[in-house]
Amino acid sequence: MSDLDRDTLLALYESMMTIRMFEERVTREFRKGDMPGFVHTYIGAEAVAVAVCAHLNDSDYISSTHRGHGHCLAKGCDPGDMLAELYGRETGLCKGRGGSMHIADFERGMLGANAIVGGGIALAAGGALAAQVRGSDAVAVTFFGDGASNQGVLHEVMNLSSIWQLPVIFVCENNGWAESTPVEYSTSVANISDRAAGYGIPGVSVDASDVLAVYDVAGAAVDRARSGEGPTLIEARIGRMVGHYLGDPEGYRSKDSKLEEQSRDPIPPFEQRLLADGVLSDSSIASIAAGIEVVLDAGVEHAKTSPMPDAADVEAHVYAPVQ
Amino acid sequence: MTDRTLSGAQAIGEALFQAMEQDANVIVLGEDVSGGAGLGEPHEGEMGGSFGVTRSLFSAFGPTRVRDTPISEAAVAGLATGAAAAGIRPVADMMWSSFTPLAFDQIFNQAAKMRYMFGGQATVPVVYRMAMGAGLGAAGQHSDTLYSLYTHIPGLKVVVPSSPYDAKGLLLSSIEDDNPVLFFEHMGLYGQKGHVPEEPYTVAIGEASVLREGSDVTIVAISMMTVKAIDAAELLSADGVESEVIDPRSLSPLDVETLRRSVEKTGRLVIVDESPPRCSIASDIAAIVGEEAFGALQAPIRRVTAPHTPVPLSPPLEQAYIPSIERVLAAVRSTLA
Ligand SMILES: Cc1ncc(C[n+]2csc(CCOP(=O)(O)OP(=O)(O)O)c2C)c(N)n1
Ligand SMILES: [Mg+2]
Repeated sequence: MSDLDRDTLLALYESMMTIRMFEERVTREFRKGDMPGFVHTYIGAEAVAVAVCAHLNDSDYISSTHRGHGHCLAKGCDPGDMLAELYGRETGLCKGRGGSMHIADFERGMLGANAIVGGGIALAAGGALAAQVRGSDAVAVTFFGDGASNQGVLHEVMNLSSIWQLPVIFVCENNGWAESTPVEYSTSVANISDRAAGYGIPGVSVDASDVLAVYDVAGAAVDRARSGEGPTLIEARIGRMVGHYLGDPEGYRSKDSKLEEQSRDPIPPFEQRLLADGVLSDSSIASIAAGIEVVLDAGVEHAKTSPMPDAADVEAHVYAPVQ
Repeated sequence: MTDRTLSGAQAIGEALFQAMEQDANVIVLGEDVSGGAGLGEPHEGEMGGSFGVTRSLFSAFGPTRVRDTPISEAAVAGLATGAAAAGIRPVADMMWSSFTPLAFDQIFNQAAKMRYMFGGQATVPVVYRMAMGAGLGAAGQHSDTLYSLYTHIPGLKVVVPSSPYDAKGLLLSSIEDDNPVLFFEHMGLYGQKGHVPEEPYTVAIGEASVLREGSDVTIVAISMMTVKAIDAAELLSADGVESEVIDPRSLSPLDVETLRRSVEKTGRLVIVDESPPRCSIASDIAAIVGEEAFGALQAPIRRVTAPHTPVPLSPPLEQAYIPSIERVLAAVRSTLA
């Protein structure tokens, strides 16, 4: 992994920082009270989306979750169009019809965030099926949580994807919690990746406070899928550094356990390492952050000055027109 | 060739075959759609689905496009939905409509809402085919109609053919359609014979068919209830009562215009539907006509439906469940009294 070139390392870092700063900005803006809906931030999970999507291109598919901003950004969605969506504006990625939990960008193969826990799993596998039928080398990734790993549909889809050798990668983001429910309570196995064995596919757990470790594991899984060898289940272990949603009182966990989880932040160790290796310097760190801030300022401005959808259009976009 | 006759099952199979011939993006997936998966000749493909509808497909199109699945309804519907969103045209065989609740999230939360939630970006050209209906003694968990449930859901189209001709044309339209379509195949349709042209053709979704013209009463009949409605109409005609029998053919979209025009002519409406009555298509049509043609009505609208029960096994109970010609006659006569 240390043989990753400088540009790739910088791209990983910048992409993680973009997600982190996007989510911190969303947190601040949300607290002002003019952003509708529920927001679940991706803070602490950045290494997963970034390291996985680094192996994908626009013709590959992903499906995402209620905690999907990181997946969108890592797949190349425009932060300003995402912010406009969060604010319910006509200029949003989904014209303000979806919001935080239903962002999609089909031009980038982003088949949608999903407010149904586990709802995106079969859809991504469907993308993989389409790729296989067409004979293309596109792959699909479905991101889902530890909570979603107990949904029946995952098990149906892992089995079916295995017997069909679909080019799909199951990426379980195990942050230890499903809302207030600890994974140790809800889940029958110590490693969610162990469940892969039941479906005859490789399963691997990886510490996702180490972005390069995730990068390697994801690269192997994507290569496997692209070359027709079928699915992989990756369990990416992260700390849940923030509440389940913005405003979560978090009475179900202790301060100490939250602090421990926050200590698993993937960004500081990577930054330290890049500093030590001379890939980053204090001034380049500052200028990367400043560049992201400019994009976010412009994005918030774009979102807040964009028009709301016209109420007369409430019935638009239900059906595709008949050709 | 005008007298070429096929069964409903054959007509549906022919539509699938021709759709797959015309468009390499059309695939078929579902439990036992081929049968004998992986076993090769002569077993593989021989079964062709629970009702033999898909028998011709495997040998012609092979395992990439004709896919037997495990018993995993959520995965079947969900992969079909995702594959449609990713640009191909899957036809998912759900076997019986009573099994679709296992895939309900995929149909209701995913397929139906995707286009709207995503601001019109998604195009989801998936068809879910399913058998339905009472009459086989299949009882509680195999005989539901369920089309009313899906008609309630914005973003879905619901198609209910009642003849082999319409079944072929409507299925070809459903596969061409860029929206999720639920295609309901009544058990009674499979064995019914009728004229079906060999060449591919489409029947537009959203256009009702007037099966019989008449000026005294409008009878709207859903799916195979059309057969009873026509029989009732002939008996009524002998008494001098002329019924107009309308088959909506699709419930979503619903051809309200044809219904309204007919009721404005006849002043009377009877709806025949083999489903429980509450929040049903029969109730929906009654409400729409009540709103749109109240001034034309000369008698209360009558619904002839199944009772509000699951479908029973025992033959006398099952027969009591399915709307009978006698009940249609009584309903029509009550509107004339
Ligand atoms: C089908 C369904 N059930 C319940 C919920 C409510 N809910 C939203 S998020 C969540 C927890 C999800 O946990 P996990 O999959 O681990 O994702 P995380 O929030 O930890 O990222 C629950 C129960 C839902 N949105 N959908
Ligand atoms: Mg979780």
